Amino acid sequence: MENNNNLPEPDTRPDVKDPSRRDFLKKSALITAVALTPAHAVKAAEKHMDERIAEAFEKMPLSLEINGAPHNLMVEPRSTLLDILREQLDLTGTKKGCDLGQCGACTVHVDGHRVISCLTLGIMVNGKKVTTIEGLAKGDQLHPMQEAFLKHDGFQCGYCTPGQIMSAVACIREGHANSEHEIREYMSGNICRCGAYPNIVNAIQEVKEGGLPV
Amino acid sequence: MNTPKEGITRVDGRLKVTGSIRYAAEYPFPGLVYGAVVSSTIAKGTITGIDSKATESAPGVVAVISHLNAPKIPGYEGGEHEIKTFNDSKIYFNGQPIALVIADTFERAKFAASLVKVQYSKEQHQTNIDAGLQNTFKPWGDGSDYLRGEANAYQNAPVKIEAEYRTPIHVHNAMEPFAMTAKWDGDKVTVYTKSQYIKGMQREIMGMFKLPEEHVTVNSKVIGGAFGSGSPLWPYAKAALIGAKMIGKPLKVVIDRGQMFTMVGYRSPAIQKLGMGATADGKLTGITHIATGETATYQQFAEGITSTTNILYDCPNVNTQYRLTRLDMSVPTYTRGPGETTVVFALESAVDELANALNMNPLEFRKKNYSEKDPEQSLPWSSKYLKECYEIGATHFGWDKRNQKPGLVMKDGWLVGYGVSNGVYGAGRAPCTAKARLSADGILLIQSSTSDMGPGTATVMVKIASDIINIPVENIKFELGNSSLPAAPGEYGSMTTSSVGSAVYEVCTALNEKFNQLDGKSGAGDPDYARILKEHNLPFVEVTHKSGGTPNADKYSSHAYCVHFVEVNVHPTLGTVKVTRVVAALDGGKILNPITARSQVIGGAVWGISMALMEGGVLDHRYGKYVNNNLADYHFASNADVPQIEVLFVDKPDPVTNAMGSKGIGEVTIVGFAAAVANAVFNATGKRVRDLPITPDKLV
Repeated sequence: MENNNNLPEPDTRPDVKDPSRRDFLKKSALITAVALTPAHAVKAAEKHMDERIAEAFEKMPLSLEINGAPHNLMVEPRSTLLDILREQLDLTGTKKGCDLGQCGACTVHVDGHRVISCLTLGIMVNGKKVTTIEGLAKGDQLHPMQEAFLKHDGFQCGYCTPGQIMSAVACIREGHANSEHEIREYMSGNICRCGAYPNIVNAIQEVKEGGLPV
Repeated sequence: MNTPKEGITRVDGRLKVTGSIRYAAEYPFPGLVYGAVVSSTIAKGTITGIDSKATESAPGVVAVISHLNAPKIPGYEGGEHEIKTFNDSKIYFNGQPIALVIADTFERAKFAASLVKVQYSKEQHQTNIDAGLQNTFKPWGDGSDYLRGEANAYQNAPVKIEAEYRTPIHVHNAMEPFAMTAKWDGDKVTVYTKSQYIKGMQREIMGMFKLPEEHVTVNSKVIGGAFGSGSPLWPYAKAALIGAKMIGKPLKVVIDRGQMFTMVGYRSPAIQKLGMGATADGKLTGITHIATGETATYQQFAEGITSTTNILYDCPNVNTQYRLTRLDMSVPTYTRGPGETTVVFALESAVDELANALNMNPLEFRKKNYSEKDPEQSLPWSSKYLKECYEIGATHFGWDKRNQKPGLVMKDGWLVGYGVSNGVYGAGRAPCTAKARLSADGILLIQSSTSDMGPGTATVMVKIASDIINIPVENIKFELGNSSLPAAPGEYGSMTTSSVGSAVYEVCTALNEKFNQLDGKSGAGDPDYARILKEHNLPFVEVTHKSGGTPNADKYSSHAYCVHFVEVNVHPTLGTVKVTRVVAALDGGKILNPITARSQVIGGAVWGISMALMEGGVLDHRYGKYVNNNLADYHFASNADVPQIEVLFVDKPDPVTNAMGSKGIGEVTIVGFAAAVANAVFNATGKRVRDLPITPDKLV
């Protein structure tokens, strides 16, 4: 028997209980959430009757600010910030390139710092301020970094571009854009298969030297 | 001409830097459900059972689809050899799509897919090209071999070299994972995906479900990179189409990064043997080139990895052989500079080896063996400014400072070497139709069903139109990316500017003439569009025009050329290689939009750096399975690996290829680059690496 997608094979020995969501729900209900979880739902979960009721109690509240607007959401604890942005809020400017924290396409700012949103669970940013590429321009007025990417042709296909721009802004804010060499090092977490790197470096240098606030 | 000399910035650039352009996986539909693809975990055999009980009872699951419950697909009848997704239980490669789990959210689909249990009956597989060398075939019959003059003449030359060169699997790894959202409305289907060949994909879907053209709409407005991988209707996309039809809801299927290694093609690895001989004063007398690549058991893909050897140099005796071996792998496909990239690494490394054996400057050797006409077809070149590339590149780079004797230059503790290589790629063109409409609001809208995987298709089309239609450039719009637009060829083979650009050029010229005719001034110059529309009380004037191929194409041989000059630093103890300087000199005919053309050349050079120093798909042949199928383990260049890249254009029009005088440059810019790096590494160290990538272990 083969299992799929490189996940560990579930233990199928009859004496080992499947550590399923139902058991988890039962335990967590007993420990912490007795008051919150209606008895009939726990019962339903025990009897394997209604997964849909069970799952409703597995969502958690998430309050955060995205691009200046407050959001109060219910999310599964396993949902990444990236998937919440793209699939729940239709903020598709933030890109999924690898979903493994290896490419930087999903870079956003959390409380002003660049983070990889595919490795950030939504519930980790509760109460925080998130800025995505959609929140960088002021209305019709592009952020200087967006202008510089346009001018220097800092992209081709454009898929890594939102992540590059969010990283580039943070790179200057962090004080890591003092030379071409330093920019290259501190921008190497954002990969670009079209190979626009020299133009990206030129764009960042121009913004840095232009002295406009980023 | 009403645009700056350096060209225009991207017409869709604002949408890209604000994140507001929508890629394939970014179309929300009410009731959208998500599909996760389950892939095989053996390389060869048969599925004997699928246990999806746990999957089906997981929250949010809508359906589990496999060959066990998929409907009969009418297009699967007949002789096609590609993977017929969910048709039967056969496994042809590790990572083959075998089931689709559909759920109401992405997370639920992915989790539920992990619960599917599959039983197999395994068979002995083979995924190692070395093992396949004893079992090859001629992919093109007799056309797989070529002979001019005498076979193996190099063996009798006063100075000769013989060597074997190896290139590994290259995976395109575009940043955007492949995605398809499929939406059925009765027997009509609309898909949102990435496609380099929109009309071709439409035809494939029509064939699969036996639908008329008007029932299939393919949208591909923007592509997050493809590099050759984006043309076929891949098995995952067939899964999306079948799944959406079965459940009657809009369905989105996005494959993950690991699946990008087995589901959407790759560049075939190759083993190439070259023999090359010359007279003592450096005139080539013979080249023998025997090359073997791989293909799948279920489908043949061939790309011609000896053909460049037939034409690049003036040599009286050339014999080449191209062979393939069938392995239990997914089928390879076109990858940037398909064919040429592989052959020219070997050919241009061998040229460097022979020049060094002759103690001759390799650039002088190339000039001495310059082919003044196409030696294979005995046709004149439509244009060839390769010598000009040598001159401007060498001057700019400072080639005269190169030390002929390797291993002697040291700077700041690093060995320094210079290398050079040629690249060549055919300058083709295909028929294309475009429609142009100039409206009373002053907007010119041009439409054609071409794509843009990144080079800036719409931008160069607007530039071409702006040179003909005398209105402000910001009033010119180019619409692409939909199968209902006038038919365009695929965006590949460096043909788009030549093919679609010719259609744009000709339809705009025809539009001007239509205005002039309305004005009673046939053949006159720039029409006064607004006045003519007003006088004739017309809301718009519209022309649809089909541009044919290149007139006199059979009388000439047309190619684009590039020369790469590369400086490397090699650490003498650690074997680390850094590319420190690059000068790329190109003959791409007339350069129509220098800003975006320059970016294409830079991109090709970056691919070249990756190919030379980093890239290679690695399999554990015991399982026929990739061990580096992610972006942390499959390396390509990051920002810190790439220096400034200087791009020089000869910028002289080709008189034959098309009215604009352009020759496509997207492919040629990678061709030969890896050889320039290998040659520079030899110049730095005296060590010749013939097996890519050039990793430190091969130098210490």
